[in-house]
Amino acid sequence: MTKVLEVSGLKTHFFTHAGVVKAVDGVDFSVSKGKVMGLVGESGSGKSITGFSILGLIDPPGRIVEGSIRFNGEEIANAPEDSLKRLRGNRISMIFQDPMMTLNPVLRVDTQMIEAILAHEKISRQVAWERSRDALGLVGIPSPEERLQAYPHQLSGGMRQRVAIATAFLTKPDLIIADEPTTALDVTIQAQIIHEAQKLTRQTGTALIWITHDLAVVAGLADRISVMYAGRIVEQGDIDDVIDRPRHPYTVGLLGSVPTANRRGQRLFQIEGMTPNMLAMPRGCAFGPRCRARTEACAAQPPIADVDGRRLRCFNPQRNAEAVP
Amino acid sequence: MTDVIASEPVTLTPAKVETPFQRFRAEFFESRIATFALCLFGAIVLLAVFAPLITPQNPYDLAQVSVMDGRLPPGSEAFDGYTMWLGSDGAGRDLYSAILYGLRISLTVGLASGVIALLIGMAIGLIAAYAGGRTEAIIMRVVDLQLSFPASLVALMMVAALGKGVDKIILALVIAQWAYYARTVRATALVERGKEYVEAAQCLGISRARIVFRHILPNCMAPLIVVGTVQTASAISLEATLSFLGVGLPQTEPSIGVLIANGFEYMLAGLYWISVFPGLALLLTVVSINLVGDHLRDVLNPRMKK
Amino acid sequence: MTAPLVEIREVSKRFTKRLDVAGKIAQRLGANVREETVHAVDQVSLAIQPGEVLGLVGESGCGKSTLGRVVAGIHAASDGHLFYQGKDVATLKGAEKRAATLAIQMIFQDPFASLNPRMRVEEIIGEAPRMHGIVSKAEQSDYVDDVMRKVGLDPSLKRRYAHQFSGGQRQRIGIARALAVKPKFLVCDEAIAALDVSIQAQVINLFMDLREELGLAYLFISHDLSVVEHIADRVAIMYLGRIVESATTEEIFSDPRHPYTKALLAEAPRLDQRHRAFEPIEGEIPSPLDPPPGCTFHPRCPAATADCRKTVPVLKAGRGGRETACLLEHLETA
Repeated sequence: MTKVLEVSGLKTHFFTHAGVVKAVDGVDFSVSKGKVMGLVGESGSGKSITGFSILGLIDPPGRIVEGSIRFNGEEIANAPEDSLKRLRGNRISMIFQDPMMTLNPVLRVDTQMIEAILAHEKISRQVAWERSRDALGLVGIPSPEERLQAYPHQLSGGMRQRVAIATAFLTKPDLIIADEPTTALDVTIQAQIIHEAQKLTRQTGTALIWITHDLAVVAGLADRISVMYAGRIVEQGDIDDVIDRPRHPYTVGLLGSVPTANRRGQRLFQIEGMTPNMLAMPRGCAFGPRCRARTEACAAQPPIADVDGRRLRCFNPQRNAEAVP
Repeated sequence: MTDVIASEPVTLTPAKVETPFQRFRAEFFESRIATFALCLFGAIVLLAVFAPLITPQNPYDLAQVSVMDGRLPPGSEAFDGYTMWLGSDGAGRDLYSAILYGLRISLTVGLASGVIALLIGMAIGLIAAYAGGRTEAIIMRVVDLQLSFPASLVALMMVAALGKGVDKIILALVIAQWAYYARTVRATALVERGKEYVEAAQCLGISRARIVFRHILPNCMAPLIVVGTVQTASAISLEATLSFLGVGLPQTEPSIGVLIANGFEYMLAGLYWISVFPGLALLLTVVSINLVGDHLRDVLNPRMKK
Repeated sequence: MTAPLVEIREVSKRFTKRLDVAGKIAQRLGANVREETVHAVDQVSLAIQPGEVLGLVGESGCGKSTLGRVVAGIHAASDGHLFYQGKDVATLKGAEKRAATLAIQMIFQDPFASLNPRMRVEEIIGEAPRMHGIVSKAEQSDYVDDVMRKVGLDPSLKRRYAHQFSGGQRQRIGIARALAVKPKFLVCDEAIAALDVSIQAQVINLFMDLREELGLAYLFISHDLSVVEHIADRVAIMYLGRIVESATTEEIFSDPRHPYTKALLAEAPRLDQRHRAFEPIEGEIPSPLDPPPGCTFHPRCPAATADCRKTVPVLKAGRGGRETACLLEHLETA
């Protein structure tokens, strides 16, 4: 299986006046052709920053301080802006949570899509227009010729996100990074968007990184999953392994606190406490203060290791899949 | 319930209370340019305030001014023995003294008209946002009408009608400026009115008056302050413009604008200092205020979460 | 049968964008400009018993937030009546009116916009009880401490400002603010949607604890079906301003009757389904400015008939106390 993307030891730090925020602090993962990697975490986990780091979209006061990002074998971490520009929107595309961020509100849809193609390929405008129209049809937009003439604000949220997806696939990229693309959308529209993304990935063999906090979405869509907490990956493996047989107390807690995992009307299993203040991280394991399985060993930073067929960062793996202690 | 309390470790929030003002202050002084501009403006104000103590001459006291000292280049010696570092103007006023005294007037006029216009504009804008409906529509149409005239034109018309004098100038500038504040306040108040904390206050049965003054108004101050600084600079240069055109303050108590106007005729004769130095003083004052206001706008810009 | 705590009968809420002077002139001159009316809520009737939790489920544009605000008294209804303890709120005056206002409180979705950034927590929570005379100025501080403890906040933090707290803590402050006026009924408008998953569980537990301790009733508005299933006694499904189905939680989730309810339940992603093929229903949610004629769901309904385009189905009682607004369903149970 060809590895489209290999990230190892990625560290992206932000040097603010209040201190150093280690938003991403040692992340390793890889994505293969035609596969979907789910990057799961809550706010402050560093999942979005990981996505931005891959594309070199980190602005000061942040920068990638360490680590390697190999795209199709080529090293792109901290690469010069010119080579990154050739990749962005061409070989690696990104879909954002807010489609108004991806789409320019003052340009028509056709202008933007054609521009996206012509920036990287030398073809006629007519051919580019036709490809845009076909792409819109592929993502299930009815009457694409009409929609091409519209401005983004004339389309609904679901439509806009579909246009964003179509634009991302236009140049037939090898990798697409989707950052919470359905979080702001309704359930019925979300299902449609996931359906389209799934279909396109299978058809074109594009690798997909789906960043989200919604475990249920990832469960239905991804092949492999990486769970992030406070800038590090705490558990990583095949989707079935991690969801059905979680080993890290945080993953166990997350899966256990979902209402469907609890008896109706009973108090939900809850993870105590809050995500740590990134400027005042606890010593040792970042999840330590909130962990029910904490022992003395946890005063040291646990390394990531191979446990039960997955990568795990914990001194006390939870053998029992039950979330309730 | 006890385990829920234990789940809020106190160490995860800052150790001391941080008022919004303290946070703002810390962020403001991050910019070296703005800090420098603020210091510069502060220096200008101090110079103006202490003018009688640090100038060799009171340019408004006709007894001290002599035509014999007129049109002397920078560095010359005056009749009374002191050095005129910046030269003298046509009437024999030491420019250094004249500039500092002139700054007093310019700053007073600019700041006074700015503050009064702010208070009036704020009140009117709040009334418009609070009343809504017809009242609001009428008030805003008046504001629009006022804003469609250039401020200098309005000021000119007012001064023509009211005549010369410091108080009349201030009144004219207030009339020229209040509409900016009214519009800003009303726009911000409308935005705040739609926010959920105002809805919460309504739900809690808090009176409308209290909602406007205790909830909405404090949150409108940020854009008001930004507009205020920029408008003050604008008022100062507006006063200078009026004086330059000869319709502002009387000749015997020259503000910066009058000094520039006086020196204009000498420019071609090579006596540059009579206009240029007051002009520089005006420039420095206005630029420093604008730099401060610019940075204020960035700092006070509401940033979203995190 | 006890009288319901809160009841709304045939409530509608319309938002009309009036034409200003320029628009009216344009209209006279023949331009295609008209007043646009959004029927956010269309003839909705609901009743909530003391201590009961009614879940209100729907997607964006269905009007659930507007309905919540009408119940909470923030918006006035265009038509229909709101009853508190059997009395029409619009007819109340003075002390009775104030009691009704304070008895129904709202918890908002956005933990950042729902707290005044310039007020200390102590004032946010303590202002209303002091204004209404529930506590005197001297008693305010201790009272605020009590309320904060009840929602799981450390009272020593009360001198701080909202921006110094996390999203979950802010939501607790919002709950404390509502509890401070001793309400009997809370409208929770997507109160947990903006929170992280692990914090959601904490806040849901808090709601459940408070319900038991204080006997509160809730109108729990959410788009998240799994949360509603967990916490609600009864569920009402809303689509484009109308209730399309209403039944007990168990009935709705085990045996949905309305095609929209069925679609919602089928499409919600679930943890136990891997590599699932999402088979979504077609179409977009129509704009509330221009709702389809007849049954508003018919353009997307897999079972729509010609009749569905013409007749508006009314919410009718069917088997066992549940109500549905579907012509096909009415035919079946007739």
